[in-house]
Amino acid sequence: MRVAIIKYNAGNICSVVNAIERLGYEYVLTDDPNEIISADKVVFPGQGEASTTMSYLKEHGLDKVIVSLEQPVLGICIGMQLLCKHSEEYDTNCLGVFDVDVKRFSPISKDLKVPQMGWNTLTDCKSELFKGFTKSEYVYFIHSYYVPLCEDTIAVTDYVQQYSSALHKGNFYATQFHPEKSGDVGERILRNFLEI
Amino acid sequence: MLAKRIIPCLDIKDGQTVKGTNFVNLRTAGDPVELGKIYSENGADELVYLDITASHEGRKTFTQLVTRIAKEINIPFTVGGGINELSDVERLLNAGADKVSINSASLRTPSLIDDIAKHFGSQVCVVAIDAKCIDDTIHENGSPDIDGTWNCFMNGGRVNTGRDLFEWAKEVNDRGAGEILFTSMNHDGVKKGFANAALRRLSDTLTIPVIASGGAGTREHFHDTFKDGHSDAALAASVFHFGEISIPQLKSYLKEQGISVRL
Repeated sequence: MRVAIIKYNAGNICSVVNAIERLGYEYVLTDDPNEIISADKVVFPGQGEASTTMSYLKEHGLDKVIVSLEQPVLGICIGMQLLCKHSEEYDTNCLGVFDVDVKRFSPISKDLKVPQMGWNTLTDCKSELFKGFTKSEYVYFIHSYYVPLCEDTIAVTDYVQQYSSALHKGNFYATQFHPEKSGDVGERILRNFLEI
Repeated sequence: MLAKRIIPCLDIKDGQTVKGTNFVNLRTAGDPVELGKIYSENGADELVYLDITASHEGRKTFTQLVTRIAKEINIPFTVGGGINELSDVERLLNAGADKVSINSASLRTPSLIDDIAKHFGSQVCVVAIDAKCIDDTIHENGSPDIDGTWNCFMNGGRVNTGRDLFEWAKEVNDRGAGEILFTSMNHDGVKKGFANAALRRLSDTLTIPVIASGGAGTREHFHDTFKDGHSDAALAASVFHFGEISIPQLKSYLKEQGISVRL
């Protein structure tokens, strides 16, 4: 099995590369449409800002490649937000795989900081991504924008309000948290995805 | 609920951890990667690696070390020490660090914060502030209640910049930093608790998370800084390195006390 990790102008892509290497899978880090299309699994990772990453994807024709993929795809953090319809971050139109809009956290009390930075729990997990989970586990988040609950929600986290910490629709999976930085729990989620 | 974070800090010189440890079963006691792994397995939420080498050669060693840490450790880690310009940040992020911590350079060139936030995102930019309370005569040194006028220091606490802590912290916040790591020079090494009065003022006025540093001696001190200091995370070095506090025991204690922690 070969995994393609999409290379674009988002940050922290090498931590996903390192995690997949630790799990022992064959992978390629690439922005070549053919390599992405022919891979068995695709990971769309990253940390960053919606409008500059979205423009980069368009300029490189990757927007059309990503939405046309038929194999299992995993979007992580900004990767998940870019798979949604629209983001409030610089009023950006995104890829539209998930029919939901990305909003900015607006905390009502001063003990809730933005970005949310740190470990928070996953509840209401319903997907093969969370196979083997026996309790609500902690995973690592860094984000200022969130995806509201919707019909594609497969995990819920509570910060300011309940929101989607993971999504699934057809062959597309996505996590708001960083499985590659979430210790052994995160590695299990990545392995579950790679074994779908 | 978002968990309060426990962060061990490792000082690195020429690629090795500097402070001693009593991890007797550690093959190479000085190896920062092995030590980091042990902390990670014991429930540390993040790690901070601080390069205290000054030489150019040492800096190269540190970058190679960051590459190794990124390959082997599966929790977030911050690196700091000797970061002066954007190219240093880029080098360390490319090596695999999740965040960088800047200190003196941010006081010398505040626009570095804006530049890091713009180029790499706020989330990678931790601004470390070393400050000292210069006018509290009521409380003894190390008391968590010390408060008054706080000045920011640079060059490892050797130079008083005369800048007010709270003004500077607000500026750091507004320039786009992702977090503030506040070390009180009145509390560091004294082991009587964190600077909770000042931490509370910081945490309640800033919109970004505040990491408490300096003063940890007992598990109660961690409880107090989360409860009274409103800190989002607490950092310590020697109490963890010398095994005076074990992270699993600390976390179960905090949980019993009603503090949200990752177990």
